[in-house]
Amino acid sequence: MSAISMNFAARLESLIGPSRISNDAAACACYAVDEVLPTAVAKPTSAEEVAEIVRFAALEKLALVPCGNRTKLAIGMPPSHYDIALDMTALNRISHYDPGDLTVSAEAGIHLAKLNSVLNEHKQFLPLLVPWYSLSTIGGTVASGIDSPLRQFYGTARDFLIGAEFVDGTGHLCKSGGRVVKNVTGYDLHKLLIGSLGTLAVITCLNFRTFPAPIAGSRGFVASFPNAEDALALRRTIASSSLTPLTLDIVSPELAQIFATRTPATPETAVFAGENRAADQTSLQPIGDWFNPREWQLCAAFAGTTEVLDRYARELTLLAEKSRATSTAILGDATRPAVWGRLRESLAMLLETSPATVIFKISVLPGHHAALFTNLQHIAERATLPSALVARAGGTIYFALLPASVNEDTTARLSQSIARIFDFVFASCGHASLPFAPPALKERTSLRSQQLVAPASSRLPANSRAELIPGVAQMRRLKSAFDPQNIFAPGRFAGGI
Amino acid sequence: MNPGLLHELTKLLGEDSVLHKLEDLFLYEYDGSVEKGLPDVVVFPTTTEHVSQTVKLAAKYEVPVVGRGAGTGLSGGALARAGGVMLVFSRMNRILEIDSENQRAVVQPGVVNFELTRAAEPHGLYFAPDPSSWKSCTIGGNVAENAGGPHTLAYGVTTNHVTALELVLPDGEIVRVGSKHGDAPGYDLAGLFVGSECTLALVTEITVKLSRQPEAVKTLLVIFDSVDDAAESVVDITARAITPAACEMLDGWTLRTVEDYIHAGFPMDSAAVLLIEVEGLAEAVAAQAAAVNEVCSAHHAREVRLARDNAERELLWKGRKNAFGALGRLAPSNYVLDGVIPRSKLPQTLRRIQKIGTHFGFQIGNIFHAGDGNLHPIILYDPRDTAQFERAMQASAEIIRYCLQVGGALTGEHGVGMEKSELMPLVFSDADFSLMRRVHDAFNPDCLLNPGKIFPLNKGCGEIRVRKPPVEAASRP
Repeated sequence: MSAISMNFAARLESLIGPSRISNDAAACACYAVDEVLPTAVAKPTSAEEVAEIVRFAALEKLALVPCGNRTKLAIGMPPSHYDIALDMTALNRISHYDPGDLTVSAEAGIHLAKLNSVLNEHKQFLPLLVPWYSLSTIGGTVASGIDSPLRQFYGTARDFLIGAEFVDGTGHLCKSGGRVVKNVTGYDLHKLLIGSLGTLAVITCLNFRTFPAPIAGSRGFVASFPNAEDALALRRTIASSSLTPLTLDIVSPELAQIFATRTPATPETAVFAGENRAADQTSLQPIGDWFNPREWQLCAAFAGTTEVLDRYARELTLLAEKSRATSTAILGDATRPAVWGRLRESLAMLLETSPATVIFKISVLPGHHAALFTNLQHIAERATLPSALVARAGGTIYFALLPASVNEDTTARLSQSIARIFDFVFASCGHASLPFAPPALKERTSLRSQQLVAPASSRLPANSRAELIPGVAQMRRLKSAFDPQNIFAPGRFAGGI
Repeated sequence: MNPGLLHELTKLLGEDSVLHKLEDLFLYEYDGSVEKGLPDVVVFPTTTEHVSQTVKLAAKYEVPVVGRGAGTGLSGGALARAGGVMLVFSRMNRILEIDSENQRAVVQPGVVNFELTRAAEPHGLYFAPDPSSWKSCTIGGNVAENAGGPHTLAYGVTTNHVTALELVLPDGEIVRVGSKHGDAPGYDLAGLFVGSECTLALVTEITVKLSRQPEAVKTLLVIFDSVDDAAESVVDITARAITPAACEMLDGWTLRTVEDYIHAGFPMDSAAVLLIEVEGLAEAVAAQAAAVNEVCSAHHAREVRLARDNAERELLWKGRKNAFGALGRLAPSNYVLDGVIPRSKLPQTLRRIQKIGTHFGFQIGNIFHAGDGNLHPIILYDPRDTAQFERAMQASAEIIRYCLQVGGALTGEHGVGMEKSELMPLVFSDADFSLMRRVHDAFNPDCLLNPGKIFPLNKGCGEIRVRKPPVEAASRP
């Protein structure tokens, strides 16, 4: 450790106390972002301490990466500088909960599962069923921008995050929004924090609108199809019907196979009030014989009174049969979690499947999914790489390339496929990003300076490439407004931000 | 008015697209609020390129610019507070695309809200945000103010339905943000620009989500003999997690005025009514209506009346949506407030509003989005009576302060505009303003776009010259 870093760690200690600062190598190693290590770890216990640390970092021009429980730090690029890891898990209080208004404010470091267990007491919940659910903090979840299968019905964080408190790059505690469900007072700055990967501000507190848990009852539905077209046809029929399922996902045969043979490493917990599971239940049941691992599966969840559940069961089964489903199943309380838990943990399971998993997040209009599925599979087959996908009905697809081993040859095939996928998605008027890839591959595909942008090997004309991130120049301006000294997670974000 | 700028604008847009005579400009001096601001010139662009060129000309002559839709806003957002060029979007009013499979529409900013729903109807779709002014307000204005409406209780406000925007920045640059699918990589720029009250950019094209029409709708008129009982019912409906699509309240005084004029079927002798709508699958709607009935009956509702058919339903909604117009019959002017409170605080807040009214000598009517705690107290006054107008302003500030005191917000759907800019320090600290100002300056550094809005005058664009109207307001009709 250099004298300068020793020096700043010591001075940080004098600011917020020795127990909250560590520059121990083992401690720092736990906060690596894509193999880049910090020099010190700070664990503040209040928003004021966060502000102190940020002011110190701004003065000394030190780079900070805020984090929660570090389950999703692999998303984005490694930081170009990394001095201090800002561990926010000690800010974990619920600062305000008005069950009668269905609003809650909680500090960034609280675990989602903990927050939901408190909301559960009032038969409410936060519809963020994100991967690594039982370990994730709310700050990390929001900053990572990751979505959940429940977005089909409840939307994403942008639809129910109603306000936030955060420390900006000048070390001041700021806020936007409020604690009420409808509010147009001032700019909606909190929306910018969603998916910002810690590059704009350090989130200290988040205000959400909560939702009534579907206590009357909820069920699952699974239909199997020999091909993607039939599964997509059923999804289209459901989307144009009166049915409004909570989730509506299509799982490729390869992912179905993973679901059938593996159990996610992260434990399963109850989310909805009234669920027949202990909150600390740690494993999922195996998938039953109603699940066909060699076929395309359409998985839905729905909720309501007995009459409503019956109607869903009846209509979904009928519509599936018309779409040539080879089998259908209605899942009750005992069987539903087996699929639901795996769907939630899809990304975590995909990462566990291969030593060099690459996961794309691809957003195209649902009407373009059929052509996209075919092309993605074709690209993977051409490179002889196993692949898997899950598609949300709203248009977002997670597509994974899953090489069995890592070597020069697979890396070359991966980077070639990555370029092809970016090209194809862009040609279909969509957007692609690469939330997960081995660090070496991120470098190799020249994504460092323009993460989320087509790699240099892209055959797209240079002038159209800028469009791959609509408004990237405006994003740079915002970054400077929030963080004038570029101390927050530099280089982690799209466009080199 | 700078003759050079006028000449160049006329050359760019044509004579029939430029207004500059005082008698014409007066029509654009006001909106639905109590504020005024006279532009120097009003132009009617028909293309994004026009908008960009107009903005560039204004920048060249260092003249402020403001956008305007139908001028139905209630906070002075679309007024030329510092004079300058007003761009009225009424001729950019085409629906460019309705994509029924993907449930999207692409529209120009001057499209009237209701027209989009009407165009989407044959596809079984509609545009969910439905402000009371939906038959005249434009989607561009809805985007600027992040407008709400009765049915945003269940479906969200404008921002929840916008996925992409084409913008013209104050330097004339044309930029696209967001994406049609709604999941563009990077920061949520569309989320920032929606509701930024035309202080960051002008909106020239909007991509919105369309929602599917529900299979069943039940509209309930719940009649109460006390305002408290009605308010307690709303608290209980929220707390029991019954989720109606809309839950509106009209107090007795207001509904009698409305009934006199519209004959919607509101009972003349009641203290308050709730207009509640439940939507969804037929089976779910039946259960929800029963739950609403149970809660309201427990709170001593005199009657729960179910609209028998579409005609009766539409009449009830006509009564609600035209209420402010009906109140216009009672006084030369009315001031519609817009505050938000946690729904759990509704009964005490309504009692406080009555007390404030009594204190300042006003009968304050209440007709509002009870389900999401968005209050619209309405104060009737005569603008020619300066002392009375002052008292009305004091009473409204008092009400807004109380909303904040119980954990609420300054504005729920009308925007800050000029109306509430000086109240912003009640909510935001110097650090908050400093950051908002830096965000503002990142796009609008010279403050030529819509100056004097959102920020208090001493914390905003510093140098802006807020102009007095050339003719005193009171001397004109």
